[in-house]
Amino acid sequence: MASQRFPRLGWIILAGACALFAANYAVAAGPVDVYEFPDPATEARYRALIAEFRCPKCLNTNLPGSDAPIAKDLRRTVHRLLVSEGLDNDEIRAYLQERYGDFVLYDPPFRPDTWILWLAPVLLVIIGLIVLIRIVRQPAPAPLSDSDSARLRAILDDE
Amino acid sequence: MNRAGLFVPLAVFALIVGFGYAGFKLNDPHVLPSALLNKPFPDFSAPVLGAAARVVGREDLLGTPVLVNVWATWCPTCKAEHHELMRIRANTNLRIVGVNYKDDPVKALRWLRDYGDPYEFTLRDSDGSLGVELGVYGAPESFLLDASGTIVYKHVGDINPRVWQNEILPILERFEVDVNG
Repeated sequence: MASQRFPRLGWIILAGACALFAANYAVAAGPVDVYEFPDPATEARYRALIAEFRCPKCLNTNLPGSDAPIAKDLRRTVHRLLVSEGLDNDEIRAYLQERYGDFVLYDPPFRPDTWILWLAPVLLVIIGLIVLIRIVRQPAPAPLSDSDSARLRAILDDE
Repeated sequence: MNRAGLFVPLAVFALIVGFGYAGFKLNDPHVLPSALLNKPFPDFSAPVLGAAARVVGREDLLGTPVLVNVWATWCPTCKAEHHELMRIRANTNLRIVGVNYKDDPVKALRWLRDYGDPYEFTLRDSDGSLGVELGVYGAPESFLLDASGTIVYKHVGDINPRVWQNEILPILERFEVDVNG
């Protein structure tokens, strides 16, 4: 019976782990600024944009997820560029990239010095497939000769 | 599988360790490469600390090389750096301009009165918007501008005697600027 209860415990642990993982994202909603938007569409654009940028101070948090002062300043800057200056999304990305470098972009641009970032995963999948195919295609081992089977039986009988 | 093939996992392991070492040890992830290096210092207009009526702009930084130092009274490293800035001010004729970043002007003026003022003048950036123009994400940060206002060097963190000797002086020499005259 105990062996049957065990899988259920496993499911509970798994569900708990998933809940914790999800909670991680819920917490990441972070601080809320009060900004005025002319219409809900602009506000949606603002929310999507700030989520694209990485906070320069905090290594792996995006702008909406951080309460660092610099993240607040950059959210304010994005709001100003979007609402007061009416820039489009690409212009806002370029503005931040010109000042803070590729670091603020979670998706680095595809350039000669960054292609390995983009292509390495594909390359690894291809290498993995090649290895897998070679393993699957390996010829089955030759059956044991009579003398080898006799030796094997002798070894197993010793145990 | 031949014997050489047995070393493949070891080689892969060594490669991963090598990447890890390069990624975590050689690069300090807290120091971002400056996007503004070798670009012109941005246009700006900012009031001067202690002289609110006086507004300065990019043209006030041109003519000779100038060290632009971003500081604040809430920044402990800036306190450590201040001594070196005072020494540079006393012993060389390099222009130093301060940017008082997201700070209280009363506290900032008291700081300069108590610890000395190494700056030709200090810009007030109370809301950090000049900081955003400069790609500043903390304090202290420093920019070295050549006579035409191009950023030739950026340093994140404090300027200490080692940074001055090993990084800033060689650049000034390269531009044939004699700061000891």
